[in-house]
Amino acid sequence: MISVKNLKKSFGELEVLKDINVEIQEKEVVVVIGPSGSGKSTFIRCLNRIEDITDGHVYIEGTDISNKKVNINKVRTDVGMVFQQFNLFPHKTVLQNIMLSPMVVRKWKKKDAENKALALLRKVGLEDKADVYPDSLSGGQKQRVAIARALCMEPKVMLFDEPTSALDPEMVGEVLEVMKQLAQEGMTMIVVTHEMGFAREVGDRVLFMDGGYIVEEAKPEEIFSNPKEERTQAFLSKVL
Amino acid sequence: MDFRWEIVIEYLPFFMRGLGYTILASLIGFVVGAIIGLVIGMGKSLSNPILKLPFIWYVNIFRGTPLLVQIFLIHFAVMPIFIKPPEPLISLIVALALNSAAYIAEIFRAGINSIDKGQREAAYSLGMSHAQVLRHVVLPQAFKRMIPPLGNEFIVLVKDSSLGAVIAAPELFYWGKVAVGSYSRVWEPYLSVAVLYFVVCLVLSYVQSFLERKYATDDQRKKFKKVVRRARGAEGH
Repeated sequence: MISVKNLKKSFGELEVLKDINVEIQEKEVVVVIGPSGSGKSTFIRCLNRIEDITDGHVYIEGTDISNKKVNINKVRTDVGMVFQQFNLFPHKTVLQNIMLSPMVVRKWKKKDAENKALALLRKVGLEDKADVYPDSLSGGQKQRVAIARALCMEPKVMLFDEPTSALDPEMVGEVLEVMKQLAQEGMTMIVVTHEMGFAREVGDRVLFMDGGYIVEEAKPEEIFSNPKEERTQAFLSKVL
Repeated sequence: MDFRWEIVIEYLPFFMRGLGYTILASLIGFVVGAIIGLVIGMGKSLSNPILKLPFIWYVNIFRGTPLLVQIFLIHFAVMPIFIKPPEPLISLIVALALNSAAYIAEIFRAGINSIDKGQREAAYSLGMSHAQVLRHVVLPQAFKRMIPPLGNEFIVLVKDSSLGAVIAAPELFYWGKVAVGSYSRVWEPYLSVAVLYFVVCLVLSYVQSFLERKYATDDQRKKFKKVVRRARGAEGH
């Protein structure tokens, strides 16, 4: 489904991703962990080319998005993304936030978009908030709306870039719950997170990144109970 | 001190006509300036350093020289190429448009740049094209932030249009000068003119704050009310 080959990313002189290679299968939930500055966020942001790719290849269902000639907007309709800072559109209501892209990009009729958006709001438990503006929502509610907004495009894969890092602790659970449900429904997911409990419980595979490389990848039970690499051990001993 | 109201009354029709031209010149100057400003603002945002150079220097030149000098150059040097003899009112409008374009370009640019990068990223991640992101996400938010500085720019333009008097454009201040010339009285004409400018600018600043409130979202409105209520409460103590 997603195939990353020799991915490199530099910001000027600073080389953030040095040589990333990974294959992600359909319906797989891959959790990316690692210390800050390890390149996790940059990595996930390269998967829909929100961040330009310096070198190497990223294939989304066979399409090489590192090729500048590829219609990236088309690819992005199949790749949903959820951001740390939610990035809801403040000038639109919750419902309008969710309906906007299906209507302008997918050219859905208003009625269809609205029905789908309301169904998704019900799913994330926020149907009573359809007509309010994002400003009046809590962080956890905002992030659930952001998830619904991404899902409304009916993506084939969802990218989560530290979705709970900006939340107050008591709101982390409600967002993880939605993500867990999504994973159970068979959504292909790539999740950058510091929530080790989530990684262990929901992840099919854990990637540990450090210094711009994937240092270790394994099933969660293996990596958490028996990490092979020294750097993984050092990191996990600090966060667990 | 005696204040000769009859001078005011006699010249009032001229002042009102002058005021009409003042508003006309400012309005056309502002609208044309906004169109040119939009182009220049976008030009300045180009990534190619050579292509954006002329736009940068347009702003540098029109912001870096006095409007009065620009009016003289345009009226006596540039306009005679197109219109013989040059028409003062048209020269004034051209000068106001070209001058305000430089400021409006900066307002547009700053407004667009002030929108958080995350907004664009979220919109792109949903598959929107550059144009769709601009149209549905960036511009509606940026426009709200542009209202106060655009309002200021228009108010400044109304007052600056009085410089048109030096090339005998028949705007408000020009008629003030005419009245002063024919009666050798200073207070009555200039005070009348000042009051008329003041009234127009006052009305404009109310329009500006009305627009600001109109384009604020419901929640911002609520927040605003809350702030006002709190401020009033504090006054009481």
